[in-house]
Amino acid sequence: MSVKTFAAIDIGSYELAMKIFEVSQARGMREIDHIRHSIDMGTETYGTGKLSYERVDELCHVLREFSDIMKSYQVEEYQAYGTSAIRESRNRAILIDQIEQRTGIHIDVLGNSEQRFLDYKSIAFQGEGFQKIIENGTAILDIGGGSIQISLFDNDTLVSTQNMRMGVLRLQERLDHLDVGYSQYEMLIREIVESQMNIYNKLYLKDRQIKSIIVVDDYISALVARKAKDGQKGGFADKKTMEYFARLCRTKSLSELSKALDMPEETIFLLMISMILLRCIMENMGAEQIWAPGVTLSDGIAYEYAEKNKIITSTHDFEKDIIACAKNISKRYRGSKKRGETLERIALTIFDSMKKVHGLGARERLLLQISTILHDCGKYISMANLGECSYSIIMATEIIGLSYEERQIVANVVKYNHLDFDYYETSGSLRDLDKEAYLKIAKLTAILRIANGLDRSHKQKFKNVKVALKEYEMVITVNTQEDITLEKGLFGARADFFEEVYNIRPVIRKKKI
Amino acid sequence: MGKSQYDDPDCYSNRELSWILFDRRVLSEAKDRNNPLFERLKFLSISASNLDEFFMVRVASLMDMVNAGYTKPDIAGMSPKEQLAAISRATHELVEEQYGVYNEAIIPQLAENGLRVIARQEDLSEKEAAYVDKYFEENVYPVLTPMAVDSSRPFPLIRNKSLNLGALVRKKEGEEELEFATVQVPSVLARVVEIPSEKKEEKAVILLEEVIERNIHKLFLNYDIVCSFPFRIMRNADLSIEEDEAEDLLKEIERQLKRRQWGQVIRLEVEEGIDQRLLAIIKEELNISEEEIYKINGPLDLTFLMKMYGLFGFDYLKEKKYAGPQQAPEFPPDCDVFERIRQKDILLFHPYETFTPVVEFIRQAARDEDVLAIKQTLYRVSGNSPIIAALAQAAENGKQVSVLVELKARFDEENNIVWAKMLEKAGCHVIYGLVGLKTHSKITLVVRREEEGIRRYVHLGTGNYNDATAKLYTDVGLFTCSPSIGEDATAVFNMLSGYSEPLSWNKLSLAPLWLKDRFLFLINREKEHALVGRGGHMIAKVNSLCDKEVIKALYEAAAAGVKIELIIRGICCLKTGLPGIGDNITVRSIVGNFLEHGRIFYFENNGKPEYYCASADWMPRNLERRVEIMFPVERPELQKKLMAILDRQLRDNVKAHVLMPEGIYVKETGEGEETVNSQLAFCRMAVDNARKQAQLVNNRVFIPEKHHE
Repeated sequence: MSVKTFAAIDIGSYELAMKIFEVSQARGMREIDHIRHSIDMGTETYGTGKLSYERVDELCHVLREFSDIMKSYQVEEYQAYGTSAIRESRNRAILIDQIEQRTGIHIDVLGNSEQRFLDYKSIAFQGEGFQKIIENGTAILDIGGGSIQISLFDNDTLVSTQNMRMGVLRLQERLDHLDVGYSQYEMLIREIVESQMNIYNKLYLKDRQIKSIIVVDDYISALVARKAKDGQKGGFADKKTMEYFARLCRTKSLSELSKALDMPEETIFLLMISMILLRCIMENMGAEQIWAPGVTLSDGIAYEYAEKNKIITSTHDFEKDIIACAKNISKRYRGSKKRGETLERIALTIFDSMKKVHGLGARERLLLQISTILHDCGKYISMANLGECSYSIIMATEIIGLSYEERQIVANVVKYNHLDFDYYETSGSLRDLDKEAYLKIAKLTAILRIANGLDRSHKQKFKNVKVALKEYEMVITVNTQEDITLEKGLFGARADFFEEVYNIRPVIRKKKI
Repeated sequence: MGKSQYDDPDCYSNRELSWILFDRRVLSEAKDRNNPLFERLKFLSISASNLDEFFMVRVASLMDMVNAGYTKPDIAGMSPKEQLAAISRATHELVEEQYGVYNEAIIPQLAENGLRVIARQEDLSEKEAAYVDKYFEENVYPVLTPMAVDSSRPFPLIRNKSLNLGALVRKKEGEEELEFATVQVPSVLARVVEIPSEKKEEKAVILLEEVIERNIHKLFLNYDIVCSFPFRIMRNADLSIEEDEAEDLLKEIERQLKRRQWGQVIRLEVEEGIDQRLLAIIKEELNISEEEIYKINGPLDLTFLMKMYGLFGFDYLKEKKYAGPQQAPEFPPDCDVFERIRQKDILLFHPYETFTPVVEFIRQAARDEDVLAIKQTLYRVSGNSPIIAALAQAAENGKQVSVLVELKARFDEENNIVWAKMLEKAGCHVIYGLVGLKTHSKITLVVRREEEGIRRYVHLGTGNYNDATAKLYTDVGLFTCSPSIGEDATAVFNMLSGYSEPLSWNKLSLAPLWLKDRFLFLINREKEHALVGRGGHMIAKVNSLCDKEVIKALYEAAAAGVKIELIIRGICCLKTGLPGIGDNITVRSIVGNFLEHGRIFYFENNGKPEYYCASADWMPRNLERRVEIMFPVERPELQKKLMAILDRQLRDNVKAHVLMPEGIYVKETGEGEETVNSQLAFCRMAVDNARKQAQLVNNRVFIPEKHHE
């Protein structure tokens, strides 16, 4: 039996954590060690934009120790992710290089939506419990240091996700500025949170019924794991239990709480803020229970690794979540669902038949699919300026599960579907992407344009297309009774770009009936 | 916990006075005619060395408190000053009793058995005296450093715990004035000097100080010796290291060690008939008060008796009932320790069962190709420890070896520093203790890569990883590869390496953060059961009980009807027979051939009994200022083994003393009943088990399986 040892390193804003896992097909994932070191990096990065030398030293020191620990377990592979503290530091490229030189550990930086997606994955990998809970109205509340993320489920698919800058460290910092008594904290936090939640409810929650909230955080999860009342197991806590905790928080001093809740005193304050935040959101949504499975980003990192290496598979379809999110965005901006579906069908048919030519994989196929779904979102703002507006909307909207770069690819594909393509060598707007991403944009744009061209009239004349690849030609056979003069006529310009990219000429043929 | 009648200081005993009672119990073993004579020597010696340590640590710290003007009363409501006064009275009595035993029992009986202890050099025969003088010239004289005091030479430094001769001298051609001179009785030479005997069946010995005294005039040639008497001092030796300030803990301890001998003098022992002028000088120079002076009727520092115990030819006067450590059936010779542990959890009971498997555990781990890491906490180890050697070997074999070496183990610092450095040299990762905490837990973790992935083997004990003391101390140790304990063990070492606490614990309870609450919870749970009429019963075996919260919880549980049976070797601040409690709490102390050391806990828990073992006593220092571990014992077989231990000790009527409501200990007498000497019983059990196992192995006759109906 092959057992792989994997290390997941999470460089968070207030903690460095490493989990060592054994991963095997037969036994799934098994956590062997969990090492945590408290280090406040968030405050420095958020405040000054950089980490101080001392902090970097400490970071490197701990990472070197992590590296030794990895050696002692004979870890074969690792993945280290930096989150907001690294992401938001101004000199992050230098920082990451320096860390790698000093410790041998390479850090990848996670975008917010990727990070939240990993958290989400680690919840979803909890298996049946998860599938069951999301059958009824469920929200995920992911509480971080800088921001919180609320994600909603419709039936059993994730449909929307919103980031709000109300993380516990940030709230604490704001309260510090206000210089008010301890007793007023609850009221102040409630005020901040409620104003945001009002907006959120109107725009996103609407009339969804939320029964359960899945909580991802460090404090409430620890509390629920340690102190849940009798009979509540597995990280569940109902409204009454939460009220009991809240009452404790209100009536006891920090040191008494530390003892009563069995948590280190320095975390009690952040726990209190988390509690107020959570209760506020629970009340707003009318939720009856929470589930804090106690997952961490490290778990998500490991699941991602195991999934990628086909060691384990989840019963939950994450692509479906990403697509559902995209569809929801399209719906919000009144995108045409029907047309999107036609485009999707045609574009994916072309993509699939050209695998050998474009050399792209499943992930790019997904990006193409999302591009078709979001192809016209910008018309909500301006029909004339469709390309730019779509680009802006996509760049400003979080799509859970996509990295920042992937979002850029989607946004650009949608943009250049409408606008003339800008070449890497001459244009400024694509230059901040790396070459690989640029080429993906070009390839996907070429396909989307053809698909778009085939449905010029927006009448979905082409219900069924067949694509056959000849040596220098791609023959698109359409099966339709309708007149396709318009499409054929305008096809030329689009075909040029396709030919430029792939050196293959697309040709339309009408199937004779 | 709210106010209760058990908050009253009257409900508690002072811990120092309780300790003195313990030393008296040790002394009572020296008195006990049922013990072989030479064992009685040993007990007398132990009671003396115990008292030395008590002075250096406990009395010293009370003195510090008095000096610092600290007046806060103790658990029994006594201020430091009151305590010192009471201690002084009690220790004077104790010392008197010690010398009573020495002079009235030990010496005459030694003589009866052919060992003549020549108390005074004047009693030497001519021939013997000649031998002694020759011995002096050849062996003693070269290592002596005599020192005289006059206006040009200041009073010399008298070393802590050293035995000295003080003399009044007068210049041969000078004035009448008396001067003080002193010479240290060298600790490098044997204190007990054997003298060739004139009779064949007799042995004679004399103490080194007598040999020197006889020849003292040879040290101060220009003086006449007016008189000379031995004296001995004790200084404040409790190390209180400023951990937050010391940049390098190691250096600080090295520095402190050199400074220790300069501590304040807190006890002066002199021979009873000492010349008053001589005493006055010593008293003045050492700045010591009358209560701190002990006038001794006999030789000072009775720890020499331990050396006497080793004299050749008296084996028949030593204890032989107690068999040596036996092979545990679970670990037959040359077995694969890991394979054995994989089969099931194993609990060893030392010293009845041998400590070898523990050493073997680390040795095999060091050689085993599949072992990735070994982690261990070390508190006190033996000189030339096979464990240290195995750890070093493991590091050289490329294993990751982490060792937490507790430098603050009292009186062992020097020793610890040496081998800590050695381990480091071999490539081990050495952690030199934790700031502000002593690491007293005894845990070893071996991480092994096996077919199905990583497996963790853990040893948890109540005694130190010391193969020498494991032959003398009674302790229990658990071997397990249970994943949940393995996870906890990993978390323990992460915490010891400075990482955050784990999100939760599976099985282990750790001091200083969780253990006390856990104990209080377990005690209160018995109380709750008793309150609703489900009865309540607990047994605890510890070395000391002086934590007020724990005692109060015990009182309250007992008042609610819980039956509490305590087996406490040493200090016990809990009182028995309090109103509302009656005989619901019983306390007994076992002082026997081996030093009782294991901590075992049994909680009935309404028919779902729980068993625990721990490295911690019920003392504030264990529960609040040390890293300690308590672990559950869950396999029914092993629980039975623990219950057998507790049960035997509760029925012991040979070596047990029972604490009476008056605050005194009374020895159990097994009159009319079957006598139970628990330690002896454990020995026999271990021998039986080993024999059965050996028979099983050596049996060469095949036994056919019978047909079962």
